[in-house]
Amino acid sequence: MAQASPGARPRPLSPHLMNWRWHVTMAASIFTRVSGGALYVGMFLLTGWTLALVSGADAYGVYMGLLGSWLGQLVLFGFTAAIFYHLAGGLRHLAWDIGKGWSKEAASISAWMSIAFAILASLIVWGMATMGVH
Amino acid sequence: MASGGSGVYRTPLSRARGMGAAKSGVGRFIGERVTSVALVFLVIWAVSSALTLSKSGYADAAHWLGSPINAALLTLLVIVGFFHMRVGMSVIIEDYIGKPVTRAALLLANAFACWGAMALTVICILKVALTGGGL
Repeated sequence: MAQASPGARPRPLSPHLMNWRWHVTMAASIFTRVSGGALYVGMFLLTGWTLALVSGADAYGVYMGLLGSWLGQLVLFGFTAAIFYHLAGGLRHLAWDIGKGWSKEAASISAWMSIAFAILASLIVWGMATMGVH
Repeated sequence: MASGGSGVYRTPLSRARGMGAAKSGVGRFIGERVTSVALVFLVIWAVSSALTLSKSGYADAAHWLGSPINAALLTLLVIVGFFHMRVGMSVIIEDYIGKPVTRAALLLANAFACWGAMALTVICILKVALTGGGL
C-alpha cells in the first residue's frame, strides 16, 4: 500500500488480469468485462446499419455485403457470443444484487452455466440463420 | 483497506482523502441495474429481429423499421444500450487508468462517443421510420 504523503497520493487501482489464480469464477468475471468491451465496439455496427439504411438501397447492399463476407460473419459470430455471454453474466450480477447465488458452489455453477449458455445459444442462433429458420 | 495499517496516527484530513464519500455513484449504480434489466428483454428481441433481417434486402428492412413497434424498440435499445455502454466503459477506465488527465480525457471521449452515436443512430432510425417503410 502506498504510504500517506503530503497532498495527493497514488489512488488504488483494480487488480489486472495477471493477479488472479485461475478459477472459473475469475474467468467468468473477466469474460463479462471483455464481452462488454466487445459489445461496445459492436454496437457501432448497429449505428452503421442505420446509417446504411438511411443512405439508400445501394449503400445498404454494400454494408450487408461487408457483414456477409467471411470476416464480417466472423465478427458477427463473436458479437453474438459476446451478447449471450454478457447477458448471462449480467443476469448473474442481478441475482447477486438481490442476494442470491453467493455461495462458492453456486458462483462456480453459474459461471460454467454462463459459458455453456453463450456457446450453445450462439450456435443455435447461427444454426437457425444458416438453415433459414426464422 | 485503502486507509493503510497505522490508523492511530492518521489525521481526519488524511482519512478523508483516502476514504471520503464519492458524493455520487448511487445514481450510476441504479442506472446500471435498471438498464441491465431493460436490456435483457431488448437484446433478446434484437437477436430475433436480426435473425429475421439477416436474409432480407433493403425494402424489407426499411419496411420493418416502418413499424412503430420495431422503431420504438430499436430506439429504446439504442438509448438504453449506449447509456449502459458509457457507464460500463467508465468503470473500466476508472479501474485501470490512474493518471488524472488521461483518465479525464478517456472518460470525456467515452461520453462523447456514446452520446454522439446514440443521437446519430436514433436520428437515422427516425428518418427511416418516419419517411420510409410501410405501416
